[in-house]
Amino acid sequence: MNTLIYTSCLGLFCLLAEILNLRKLLVPLVVLGITVIFGVNYMEWNQGGSFYNDMLRIDHFSVAFSALVLLVGMLILVLTADYYKNEIHHISDYLAILIFTLCGALIMLSFSNMAMLFLGIEILSISLYIMAGSKRFETKSNEAGFKYFLMGAFASGFLLFGIALIYGVTNSFHLEKIGMYIMNHDATTISPLFYIGMMLMLVAMLFKVAAAPFHFWSPDVYEGSPALITAFMSTLVKIAAFGALYRLFATCFVGTLSYATQTLSIVSVASLAIGNFTALHQTNFKRLMAYSGISHAGYLLLAIIALYANTASALFYYSAGYAFATIGAFAVAIPVFHSMQNEGMDAFNGLGKKNPLLAALLTMSMLSLAGIPPFAGFLGKYYIFSKAIAAGHVALTLIAVIASMIGAYYYLKVVLAMYTKDSNDKTIEASPLYIMVAVFCVAMSLVLGLFPNMLMGLI
Amino acid sequence: MIETIPQHGYLLLSTFLFCIGVIGVLFRRNAIIILMCVELMLNAVNLLLVSFSAYSQNSDGQVFVFFIMVVAAAEVAVGLALLVSIYRNVMSTDINVLSKLKG
Repeated sequence: MNTLIYTSCLGLFCLLAEILNLRKLLVPLVVLGITVIFGVNYMEWNQGGSFYNDMLRIDHFSVAFSALVLLVGMLILVLTADYYKNEIHHISDYLAILIFTLCGALIMLSFSNMAMLFLGIEILSISLYIMAGSKRFETKSNEAGFKYFLMGAFASGFLLFGIALIYGVTNSFHLEKIGMYIMNHDATTISPLFYIGMMLMLVAMLFKVAAAPFHFWSPDVYEGSPALITAFMSTLVKIAAFGALYRLFATCFVGTLSYATQTLSIVSVASLAIGNFTALHQTNFKRLMAYSGISHAGYLLLAIIALYANTASALFYYSAGYAFATIGAFAVAIPVFHSMQNEGMDAFNGLGKKNPLLAALLTMSMLSLAGIPPFAGFLGKYYIFSKAIAAGHVALTLIAVIASMIGAYYYLKVVLAMYTKDSNDKTIEASPLYIMVAVFCVAMSLVLGLFPNMLMGLI
Repeated sequence: MIETIPQHGYLLLSTFLFCIGVIGVLFRRNAIIILMCVELMLNAVNLLLVSFSAYSQNSDGQVFVFFIMVVAAAEVAVGLALLVSIYRNVMSTDINVLSKLKG
């Protein structure tokens, strides 16, 4: 819980730094602050417990996911130093909003009351609406921000209606009391309103993770947002929303999971199919990553469907692998886009000759996303698939395996463009910060891939 | 007093309001009307929470309504700010002009 308090304080500090004229020093200070908070979070591993009248509950699951979220936040905050170097006057606002986004994610990962789930989602989303629309003189960014806002607010309405119906049936917002209600009734005596409420909440959460058929906003929003924010959204929101979904089902709806299994399976298959097939003919890298994100949501949903097989570690490992690979890819893509003034796939043409280091880093990130050993992406898929088979979802796993083979094709298309296509003579310059972050992410993918037990035994 | 109307009356009314909001968001093209429809959805939820709370003699629901109101206010503030910046660039509040992003 100290993690959350310190993170909020760091956000407030960023706003004050504007007055204190600390803009130039701010990014290093904030990165230092997040590092300290990472340590504080580590200290909470053995403490745990519940706080604020049991509104928040800190356990191994929330501490582990919080650590991942903080690490993702730290990597993105390091990159802001270069990404916003021409907008130094707004840097404190941007940093503050990014840190408040982290607060939202931390709440979503440790809630034990529906009120906290709602507040967490809203803090995360409202901050991101602003960031998605933060290039305010560009129509594309405006459009992305507003579309994200409309879809997010719409989804919040569904979430709230679901919470209200569940409250009407169980008289409580507390996850465990709702879980007790399910335990004390069998499937036939649970009020139909409860099932409707659960499905409405599920719809809202699927909106947030961008799973098909609730994915239609994500390619537009990812394309229009500033590239760094796209990287932030595609990793942080997905991790936090899946953490929240898992927590919701594991502590609250576990008794009625069988009722939702069929819906979740259809959504998972639809996400895998739509994500992978639509990604095949994308020409914009950010749209490609959006569809890649949709297909990864499909894999991650397998972990929720196979909840009885205790998939928390598999979910955590997969999220970590996905986050490092995606941030690694964006850390290479952002300087390339910047030098080429182009966000299409053809920006990568001939990168292998122009800048072999960046090309190698992007190749390794793409291989990890495609799920090719020895990277973390491969073992992540392996763990999730084996858990799904253990829970008896063989057909679903088979579809996921076929989908991941199709997926490998479009990731390799990026790699082929770098090494086989001719380039123009524009040079690619990347600030050392990008290279540092990309190297760190690729190294983490490799280390996790080679020593998976570091994370697998955690939760 | 509140009990003179049966509980399912409130449930029907708020479901009806919620549906009006949903249909409005889906079919109206003016961004400000869409914002109003989102508010309608949230207020339908508020009505539902308050009625459930009154019938079950449990005050949690009424407290939750305050959270929703605060968040809705923050959300609309951000939404209107985004709308103002769109209006500056394209001089329109019709969401059909927002079609730059296509794949």
